[in-house]
Order: sequence, then C-alpha cells, then structure tokens
Amino acid sequence: MSAPAIGTLNNSPKQGGKSASAWLKLRELPVTVALVVLVVVTAVINPLFLSPQGMKDLLLNATIMMLLAAGQTMVIVTRNIDLSVGSILGLVAFGTGSIFAANPNMPIVLVVLIGMVFGAVLGSLNGLLTVWAKVPSLVITLGTLYVFRGLNNAWAGPKQHFAGDRPQAFGNLSVNTVLGMPIITLVAVIVVIILAIFMIGSRPGRDLYAIGSDPEAAKLFGINVSRRVFTAFLINGALAGLAGVLYASRFNAVGATTGSGLELDVVAAAVVGGVAIFGGSGTVIGATIGAILLNTITSSLTALRVDKFWQQAIVGVLIITAILIDRLASLRHAKNLREKEGRNV
Amino acid sequence: MQVSTAPDSTPVLSLTGALKTFGPVVALADGTIELRAGEILALCGENGAGKSTLVKILAGVHSPDAGQFTVEGNQCSFKSVADSKAMGISVIYQEPTLFPDLSVAENIFIGRQPKNRLGLIDHALMRRNAAALFVRLGVPMDPARSAEGLSIADQQLIEIAKAISLDAKVLVMDEPTAALSGSEVRRLFGVARSLRDAGAAILFISHRFDEVFELCDRITVMRDGRYIGTHLTATVSVEDIVRDMVGRDIDALYPRTETVIGEVVLSVDKLSRKGVFSNISFEVRAGEIVALAGLVGAGRTEVARAIFGIDKSTSGHVTVHNTALPVGNPRAAIAAGIGFVPEDRRKQGLVMDLSVARNTALTLRHKFSRFGLINSRAEKQTAATWSRKLQVKTSSMDQPVSTLSGGNQQKVVLAKWLATEPQVLIIDEPTRGIDVGTKAEVHRLINELAGHGMAILMISSELPEVLGMADTVLVMHEGLITARLDRDSASPEAVMHAATGSKEKNS
Repeated sequence: MSAPAIGTLNNSPKQGGKSASAWLKLRELPVTVALVVLVVVTAVINPLFLSPQGMKDLLLNATIMMLLAAGQTMVIVTRNIDLSVGSILGLVAFGTGSIFAANPNMPIVLVVLIGMVFGAVLGSLNGLLTVWAKVPSLVITLGTLYVFRGLNNAWAGPKQHFAGDRPQAFGNLSVNTVLGMPIITLVAVIVVIILAIFMIGSRPGRDLYAIGSDPEAAKLFGINVSRRVFTAFLINGALAGLAGVLYASRFNAVGATTGSGLELDVVAAAVVGGVAIFGGSGTVIGATIGAILLNTITSSLTALRVDKFWQQAIVGVLIITAILIDRLASLRHAKNLREKEGRNV
Repeated sequence: MQVSTAPDSTPVLSLTGALKTFGPVVALADGTIELRAGEILALCGENGAGKSTLVKILAGVHSPDAGQFTVEGNQCSFKSVADSKAMGISVIYQEPTLFPDLSVAENIFIGRQPKNRLGLIDHALMRRNAAALFVRLGVPMDPARSAEGLSIADQQLIEIAKAISLDAKVLVMDEPTAALSGSEVRRLFGVARSLRDAGAAILFISHRFDEVFELCDRITVMRDGRYIGTHLTATVSVEDIVRDMVGRDIDALYPRTETVIGEVVLSVDKLSRKGVFSNISFEVRAGEIVALAGLVGAGRTEVARAIFGIDKSTSGHVTVHNTALPVGNPRAAIAAGIGFVPEDRRKQGLVMDLSVARNTALTLRHKFSRFGLINSRAEKQTAATWSRKLQVKTSSMDQPVSTLSGGNQQKVVLAKWLATEPQVLIIDEPTRGIDVGTKAEVHRLINELAGHGMAILMISSELPEVLGMADTVLVMHEGLITARLDRDSASPEAVMHAATGSKEKNS
C-alpha cells in the first residue's frame, strides 16, 4: 500500500509554483480577463481612453469603490454582509467637511485618523449587534443603513460642505500623482495590499475563511467565531471611514445624501470579483479588480458613446454571468472529482 | 502478530462509572472503558446503548454527571473539545466536518499554521508538512487541493493526519466504516494498524462484526447505557458478543395483545430506489404491526419515504387496497389512506411556532376550509377530540407546540395523522427522544390502533420495541431485506445477525 503512495508523491514536485490548471481555477481569473478585454477593446476604438489623463480619471473613479470592496470582502468571506457602508461613508464624509469648515488648519493625517476611528465605531456597532443578537447581518446592517443615514440627515439637514471650505492640500490628494497614480489611489492600493496579505498570510485571516466555509465546524475547531466576525465588521467600518475622508477630498460637495446606494455597487463589485456571497472563498484582490471593472465599464461606455442607460443593465448581466461561471465551474469540479474517485474504487 | 500489548500495562485512558442524563432521560448509566497504548479496542452495542454519549464524553462535548475519568493517570474533567484535544484525544466521526473552501493542508493545520520570518503563514512549508503526514499514513493525497468534493474516506484520512500532527495518543473512530467502500475500509485498517504498532490507543466503534473481529484486539460491550464486559477477541465468538449486546428480558416490558389480523391493506412490490434500496417487497394487513428493523442507515426511512411518495422510487409498486399509488405523490398517498409520522418531528412533523390546534388540523385543512378560508372553530374541535384521546398535556389548544415536551409533541404528530383516519400508519422511530413513561403510552396507543384494524408499519432501531410490538419483523441491511421473521421466530440474536449482515452459525 505504501509503495504507490510514495510514487505519487515523487511524481508531483510542484510544491512552490502553480501549474497551468491551478491558474485556471483562480476565482479572480474571469474578472481580470474581462477587465483586460474591456480596456483593450475600448482603447482600440478610442485611443484617448489610455492617455495619462484618461488613466488617471479611471483610477480616481475606482478608488473609493476599491476600498469599500476590499473591506466588504472581509465581511462576506465570513458569511456575513455589511449594507451600511454607504451610510458610514456618508457620515464620515460629511464629518470631514464639518471638521475642515470649523478648523481649516487641522492636520490632514489627524482628520484621516478621526474618520477611520469614526467608521470603526460604526462598523463595530454592526459587529456587536450581529455577534450578540445572533441576527443575520443582512437584517442588522439593513437597519443600520437607515439609522446611520438618518443621523446624517439630522446632522446635515439641507447643509452641504464644498471643496472651497477645505485646505488646498487636502483637495490636492486627488489631483497630484505619484508614480502616475493619484495619491488617494495610492493610499487605497497600499491598504488593499495590506488587507490582501492579512487575508492570505495570517491565522486570523485564514480563520475568516474557515468561519465562512462552515461556521459550526469553526466553533468545533476552537476558532473564536464571535471575535473574528466582530473584527471583520470593525475593520470594514474603518475602511468605509477612510473611504469617506477620501471621498471628501475627491468630490466637491458632501451632504446628507453622500454615498447613498453605494452599498449595492460594493457588493456587486465583490461578487463580480469572485467573492462567494455565501462566504468561504474569494479574495480582496479579486474584489478590488471587480471594483475597477465596474467603474471602467462606466468610463468605457462613455468613451464608446454608448447610451448611459445601458450601463446599469450591463453591470447586472455581469453579476449574473459571474455567478453562473462560478456555479458551472464548481459543478464541473464536483463531477470531475466523482469520476476520478469512481476509478479508484 | 504484535505481542507488544501487555495486558497488564497501565491504561492510557480510563473512564469508570460515567453517568450522563438529559433531563429525565438517562443516556449513560455506567460508562466504563479502558484503553491501553498499542491496542485497538472495539466498542459494541445496539443503537441507544450509550456508545455515542460515551464518545462525546471522551471528546469533551458532554461532561459526565458522575464517574472517574483519567488520561495517563491524571484526573480529567473536560469543559470543551479543546480540553480533550489538549490531552491527546482525537475523535474521527463518521462524517468529518472539514472546511470545504480551504485546502487539505490548511484543514489539517488551521489555527496553528507554520509561520515564516515575517510572521506570515508559510504556505509552502505547511503543504510539505501535510505531504509528510500523508507519506507516513501511506496514502496519496494532494495537500494543495481544496477539501471540497473529497470522499468521506479521504476526509477521515485528513482527520487522522490532523490527529497525528497533534500527537494524539488516543484515537476514537466512531463508526468510520459506515460509508466506506471495501477498498477504502482496507486502507483505513492499514492506517489504523500502523498507528497502533506505533503505540497509539484506538477505540473503534462499528456494527460490523467481521470488521471488529478482523481489526480489534479486545471488545467492550455496552447495553442500555451500561458497561457489560470486555473480551479478548481471540477467545470470544460473534455469538457471545451478540448475547452480551441483547441479553435482556423483553416480554416483561411489552405485554402482547392478540389482535385479529385481516386482509392485506398495504402491499409493496419490488420497490427500488437506485443506490438506496432495492427489491423491497412486503405486505401489511389490517390489524397487523410490521416492524422494519435494522441499523441506522440501512435504508428503512428511505423505504418509508418512497412508499409515502416523498422520494421517487425508481421501480416497483405500492398498492393500498389493490389500488396502485402514483410514484412520488404524497397527496395521493394521503387520499389513499396512508398516514406518515416522520422520525424528525421538529423538522418534518410539526410546524413548531403554530398552535396545537393548527398542527393537529394541518392534514385536514382542505376539509375545514370554505372559500379558501379555514374554519378555526371546527379545527379546534377536532384537535380537542384527538388531544383528549391521546392525552396530550397542553394548557390550551392555542399553545405553540414548541413549548410542549418531546413526548407530547410526538402525540400531536400522531393526532395530526390519526385525525385523517388513515388505514395505514407508517411511523418512524415512534419513541425516539421521549421519556420512559410516555414511551409506554405511545406503545399502548399503537397497539390500540392495530386493535381497531389499522395496518401499521413501524420503523424502529430499538430492538425491544421491535420484538415487543411487531407481528412481523422485516430486517434491513444495506438497502436489502435480509430477514423476515414472525413473532415467534424473532429473537434478538436473529434480528441482530440479519441487521449486521453477519452469518449466524448453526441455527
């Protein structure tokens, strides 16, 4: 019995790198291919699309969504969801505007920190309610979506803060570039990379996948499910807070409705990027690429002079396609396994 | 053969006189087991003998109410699964729980993944370590693949690999072979033997005597939650073990009532469902109780579901009073006069949040409705009638059934079906999870119903119930009927042998 075993192991020296078939199984592959095809096709038809200014616009538009999608991935991977991120972003963005309006000389770094802490507090509220009340986070965060938005309405009323109230340097974060990238995009990219490393390379990060894969088994394995889920909501809130501050840098006006409806775009980006809506699999990088793809579609359809009304329908088709590809792939995978094992018996 | 197992060596694990009760139900009265290093010990007993409870105590899932528990001479009282693991005990369940989205290697090392200099998980090292474990086990397995879609046999091997990586001294295998093919069983046995020879203590739980006798060094038998005895495999026969497992006075518990048996009501002819059961034929007559006996997983519930039409049979016929039932149509089955009391009351028999009245009348809602609305007064009257007949203990007909005790819930399910005045009643595990007093009441009820001419098909894993109640006993094993016994020839030994698929010598 042991002889064939050792033989098989000797035959598979691929310990470090990935084989071709392993690359094909990557969940980020479809969304990446879609993005590349979209960019190439658009650029061929309209060469201005890939001009430095065109690229910069593309990245700026995607920045906020990249951050939100990366954070949302953490939550979805644990078999939860946070629908309140648009409202968190709105509150923090208006808060940022208010801080600068009252105190234009406040250091930018401090404002960013305040925004992230504010977001983290709101996110941890989601986490606490989900973990303690044991109510599905879909319901909890649907509730906090309205509560946070209501607070924003009460606070802002009809008032809006405009970019003119904010320091020039703050607005420049969205104008100046480093390595061809706007500074806020660079910030988002760094955050996404840190989060991706956390999810792939740390025990708490892997625990999140285990929890989403089988919450009951995770408990049996001694994983502190409540603490991990709570932390995921907290970090997601902090990222939504960061996105709120960056939003105030990027856009002129922040007010009571800032960020409304963003939550569905975020979930769409994650799903298109290969994050399984029932948890357990998907990556931060995939979701980020999904966010870039959704924003690029909007830009490229504009560049191709396609009627704006088609854009939403195309995004919808993409979401359904992403899920169908996923489903087909897993069905085929299961069938292959059955056949392989059938031969062994 | 290994002779390194000195019979007088100190036990690795010893549990003595463990008691575990759940409310009024005594699940384990005297849980006693002694495991030594370098041996494989079998634990045998009928369903309900307390084996699972004992395993859960070892695993740290339950803590015993009383009893002595030592591991390597140290007193233990486990508060959690983690405590049990920390003491070197690993349990491999019949169906392991793995994380399907994670890789094989990660399933083994989750929570203790090796880290590199940067403090990040070293995925390559983790895969190498996993591969080394599989080499030790002598089985091929790609550590990088995801656990999704792995066969149960492979999932068990991952659990065993994990146990080894945790330096487990005691390995408990709870019916590991129930879902394995022949070659998978041989592979598992090879692994078990090599672990034993390396000094591990293994507790092996199985209903298959051929496996027990092939693999194990000693055999411990339990019955009715009590330790009965331990034998050296070399000096004991299958007959001895079976006698230990069933030996009790059954007649005292179940007074037999003589009933007049009438014409054939339910007739099942060569019923098959591909891959589940095949060629099932039997008849149930008016006033007759037919018991479908066998071990859990033998396919009995599946047969009942196919008769009632919940699952589609792939061939064969079911007829009630000479009228053939259409395949896969429970409404037609109800109309033909079949009632079905399922095994899992909470999931299949009751709507837990609805009232006693609503639940009782659920099967009759067509009769009570006028213009699509249900007449709740008629509903309550019917419910009250049947609740009185069955002595359901409830403060009002409006009380939600979720607040009733298990026994009373079972009565509501019975009432629900009796209200349809069925001619055939299929009842799956009628007394599972209910206390002894109610149990006797349910038995009395079933006897009465048969006395009134109802044809009853009863599925039961409890041998005394089967032998005490049934006029005819059908025994199933792995999807086939392996024995048909009438009341006089149905002995515990005969049922046990047919249920385990072992050959009975000289009888």
